[in-house]
Amino acid sequence: MEAAAEPGNLAGIRHIILVLSGKGGVGKSTISTELALALRHAGKKVGILDVDLCGPSIPRMFGAQGKAVHQCDRGWAPVFLDREQSISLMSVGFLLEKPDEAVVWRGPKKNALIKQFVSDVAWGELDYLVVDTPPGTSDEHMAAIEALRAYQPLGALVVTTPQAVSVGDVRRELTFCRKTGLRVMGVVENMSGFTCPHCKECTSVFSRGGGEELARLAGVPFLGSVPLDPELMRSLEEGHDFIREFPGSPTFTALISIAQKILDATPACLP
Amino acid sequence: MTDSQEPAIEEIKEKMKTVKHKILVLSGKGGVGKSTFSAHLAHGLAEDENTQIALLDIDICGPSIPKIMGLEGEQVHQSGSGWSPVYVEDNLGVMSVGFLLSSPDDAVIWRGPKKNGMIKQFLRDVDWGEVDYLIVDTPPGTSDEHLSVVQYLATARIDGAVLITTPQEVSLQDVRKEINFCRKVKLPIIGVVENMSGFICPKCKKESQIFPPTTGGAELMCQDLEVPLLGRVPLDPLIGKNCDKGQSFFTDAPDSPATLAYRSIIQRIQEFCDLRQSKEENLINS
Repeated sequence: MEAAAEPGNLAGIRHIILVLSGKGGVGKSTISTELALALRHAGKKVGILDVDLCGPSIPRMFGAQGKAVHQCDRGWAPVFLDREQSISLMSVGFLLEKPDEAVVWRGPKKNALIKQFVSDVAWGELDYLVVDTPPGTSDEHMAAIEALRAYQPLGALVVTTPQAVSVGDVRRELTFCRKTGLRVMGVVENMSGFTCPHCKECTSVFSRGGGEELARLAGVPFLGSVPLDPELMRSLEEGHDFIREFPGSPTFTALISIAQKILDATPACLP
Repeated sequence: MTDSQEPAIEEIKEKMKTVKHKILVLSGKGGVGKSTFSAHLAHGLAEDENTQIALLDIDICGPSIPKIMGLEGEQVHQSGSGWSPVYVEDNLGVMSVGFLLSSPDDAVIWRGPKKNGMIKQFLRDVDWGEVDYLIVDTPPGTSDEHLSVVQYLATARIDGAVLITTPQEVSLQDVRKEINFCRKVKLPIIGVVENMSGFICPKCKKESQIFPPTTGGAELMCQDLEVPLLGRVPLDPLIGKNCDKGQSFFTDAPDSPATLAYRSIIQRIQEFCDLRQSKEENLINS
């Protein structure tokens, strides 16, 4: 599974987007999942690469936990998440024999697996590859960027929540992007307020304002605020397509708007 | 364990002799409130002026503790006996990589071995003095930092780990892995805290589940894996606000259900540590 497969497997991918944060639990996997679904609804062919080795959340978000990964002649076949094969996924979650077993690896072993994930998955033709990352600025991130560099990623979507504690970490992530030469497509502020289903009062559960302020300070686009919606949480837990099932939710509107901005920022490709 | 780590382990064991109780705050999942919990555990324990508390933040990439403790911009000083922690109160000292960074934009882009080196220094070179409780806040995951802190403290005896989760399966699935990690490395588990457990609307006072426990929440997981559920902390918007301001949430909202939940959990942790201590003393004396 070596150099012979390498140039081929990513050559069919038009655009690569990394979803980063620096802070854990802000919704990177959620945003990766919903962005992929929104791009698919816009008629694009999408792949998701989940390089969070310690906490691979994405399989469950599509109800794909426990699916097996097969080898094909070009490498590993990604798991297709729909009958039309318009959305596919690779995650270490598929390689774990026991889902409760911890992947307790130090850096070098993680780097090796990420390199394999990047080069040995037979994605085929894709409009977008969304790469979900773990929190932090460490081995996995450096390995992923080094492995993807030759394919000129479109850029990074950086996710934060409104609080200063998140923004504090995400500022460092923006520095990381600068240092590694990764273009920042924009900042997404997630968990931006909760509307009480009983009285419709909107509460800033996790403070307010951090995302816009961060984007302004760093001179990068602010792509939008995504409010909290328990139906989104439920969809992710149960592996349903929130974009398809809840078009009336303000969270849906926010997510579609962000996806549209990505589409608008994508340079047209020569056929 | 490599040869180069051996002397450090002995040195750390010596250093830790003046530290009575050591508690690790873990999760597996990011963003569930480890740092928030660690900070408030420290504040809660430090309310007893006769107790000396130390809070060590080993999240090298995302050091949140300085902000939450209102210590942003503070620097670490060296003395003959090592690095001095930064004191919030006379009896509450804090150490974090955050204090070693000159700017809030500085990114710590280190691979595993360098992170391990920093953790070793934090454990070996910080002059904590006589401490009743050392609380170690960890980053999410089960990687270098977690392996290192467990290895370096292996001979210094950790009382146990408190695991933080939120009610959703996406958190629980990571916390189950963390429980397995603890069992693998023989780290005692004090118990699990379910954070962000329900939200009370400040206007109409009705409860909502922002993060629905679709697979039974922490309660079912704890039953299945036979670990204690220490308590549930509801979402209170004042928690986030106070963390942003670097203040103790207990001072701002002493009667909040979240404060009451925290206090009950802190008491259970103290009871666990006291029980462990007396068990050991009985063993030594018998």
